[in-house]
Amino acid sequence: MSVVSAPDPYDITVRSSGLRRRKVVERIFGIAAILSAVLACAILAVVLGTLVYKGFSQLDLTFFTKPRPLFGEKGGIADALIGSAIIVGMAMLIAIPVSVLVAIYMSEYAGPRISRGLRIVLDVLNGVPAIVVGIFVFGLLVVGHGQSAVFGAFALAILMLPMVARSTQEILQVVPQSLRHASLALGVTRWRTTWNIILPAAIGGILTGVVISVARIAGETAPLLFTTSIAANAISFNIHQALPTLPVTILSDSESPDPGEQADAWAAALVLIAFVLVMNVLAKYFAGRKRRQLEGS
Amino acid sequence: MTSTVYEPAAPEADLRRRGIRLGDILFKGVSVTAAAAATVLLGLIAYKIFELAWPAIQDFGLSFVWTEAWNPVTNQFGALIFIYGTVVTSMIALLIATPLSIAIALFLTEIAPRRLAAPIATIVELLAAIPSVVLGLWGILVFGPWVRDHLEPWLGSVLGFLPMFSGDPSQAGILPAALVLTIMIIPITSAICRELFIRVPTELTDGALALGSTRWEAIRGVMFAYAAPGIAAAVLLGLGRAFGEAIAVNQTIGNHNAIPSSWFAPGDSLGSKIASEYVGAGSLQQSSSILYLAAILMVISLVTNVVAQIIVVRFERARRGV
Repeated sequence: MSVVSAPDPYDITVRSSGLRRRKVVERIFGIAAILSAVLACAILAVVLGTLVYKGFSQLDLTFFTKPRPLFGEKGGIADALIGSAIIVGMAMLIAIPVSVLVAIYMSEYAGPRISRGLRIVLDVLNGVPAIVVGIFVFGLLVVGHGQSAVFGAFALAILMLPMVARSTQEILQVVPQSLRHASLALGVTRWRTTWNIILPAAIGGILTGVVISVARIAGETAPLLFTTSIAANAISFNIHQALPTLPVTILSDSESPDPGEQADAWAAALVLIAFVLVMNVLAKYFAGRKRRQLEGS
Repeated sequence: MTSTVYEPAAPEADLRRRGIRLGDILFKGVSVTAAAAATVLLGLIAYKIFELAWPAIQDFGLSFVWTEAWNPVTNQFGALIFIYGTVVTSMIALLIATPLSIAIALFLTEIAPRRLAAPIATIVELLAAIPSVVLGLWGILVFGPWVRDHLEPWLGSVLGFLPMFSGDPSQAGILPAALVLTIMIIPITSAICRELFIRVPTELTDGALALGSTRWEAIRGVMFAYAAPGIAAAVLLGLGRAFGEAIAVNQTIGNHNAIPSSWFAPGDSLGSKIASEYVGAGSLQQSSSILYLAAILMVISLVTNVVAQIIVVRFERARRGV
């Protein structure tokens, strides 16, 4: 370890100017690290504070129950809320079973090499930009069929898949090997062991991953632009047509010169971030419960 | 369920056991299919993007990549404006975010008392949870005007002799977009760095401290040396995120089809340009050149991510060897 600057002890005592310099550097490092952490906290506080300050006064019952206004009159974001809920719900239906199965394959069936390869595939898939995923679904499905909520959900599911699969796989790996062995030794088949023993033991961790990824995709705009963005400002439950969504509404309002629409954007953003924060708190709760369970057993 | 095992003679039990085995085969089959589907999906995305971009690639050739033009009237298109915007905003973000992220990670692992470290780590995580469209909204309506009125005039007065810090301040441009990207990649990079620093064996740092080095010297000499490949991967993953971000950049970069000489001036990036065209591109040529941009963006971010993965794999293998 020649990199370690291990000075001669005599140097420290004799040349105290060197010691003083080193102490100054040490002090500067400490202050810089503290300031960086403070800065990160301050940014979050400023962003959240602005959202509450600019958006809170807009929130009333109308805002949650009326669709976007066509001209002038006071409206709300009910259409976008419903659209987002439907699309995120469908994305979950598509992504969660596939992701959990991928994770089960990686931890219960695949050998270490295939498992490592799949991990890289998932990480690279996770790195594909959301806008590229949007273009992909556009080229695959929207061309020829037109925009629809189902295609938007498919695009979000693609983003969700690697997140849930990776977090589930990591949790399955820490399920104690003794549980598997005990179950298999009793003559229980592999799939019943997985279904009845492993998955219940890991459910807290799986839910943590699911909840965090739902919070992420609920705020994604880029994949929806090409798949479900051109929609009427009306409450609709028809999943075969484009539905308005919260992120796309915020985007178009944020670029509007009209202060009224900007105010709506702030309020809609406040609703979105409240949802995201609640989901993150929920994830922490599930994660804590899982840890207690695994430690308790 | 296992009671049947003791009566192997019963044909009923035999049937049952075969049924159980069928369940095993089915379950394995389904999970293999899911894993294969995920792999095929990645390939399909790459293939489909290139198939979509193919007409434009044939039309414009490779010179599209270094052509500085975007003129729907004269049908002249090139990607250089947007590659410049993507690379410059991401690089500025990287230069600011990397030291900050490492400092945050060191604060959380080395300096903060445990009771303070956990909540602050959560706050930094929450920073990553802010949707990009919300950060962009804040970026264009609050942060952008602040940058125009305070940060850019100050930068101009101090560093105005450099071309990138000269010119008129504006609320939407390269600099505001880069700073919003900085906010987006700090939580990613710092979370990975934190994990890395936690895993540095304490006997290594203790050894350095026992030899009389200060805490910073132990960090610089031992922790950084140990975690360097991991830090590189963390930085690359942050960079990949910055390259691919479309929405927040679209809101803050100003959407101007030119390479600005000043960082205060508006420009455009690959992701942002693609995002602006969602309402429907005008001519056929324009929409196919948008798909060409998407292909370039995909290649850039795939290369960044794959390199990061290779570093991670090598790092883990080397550590297992130790």
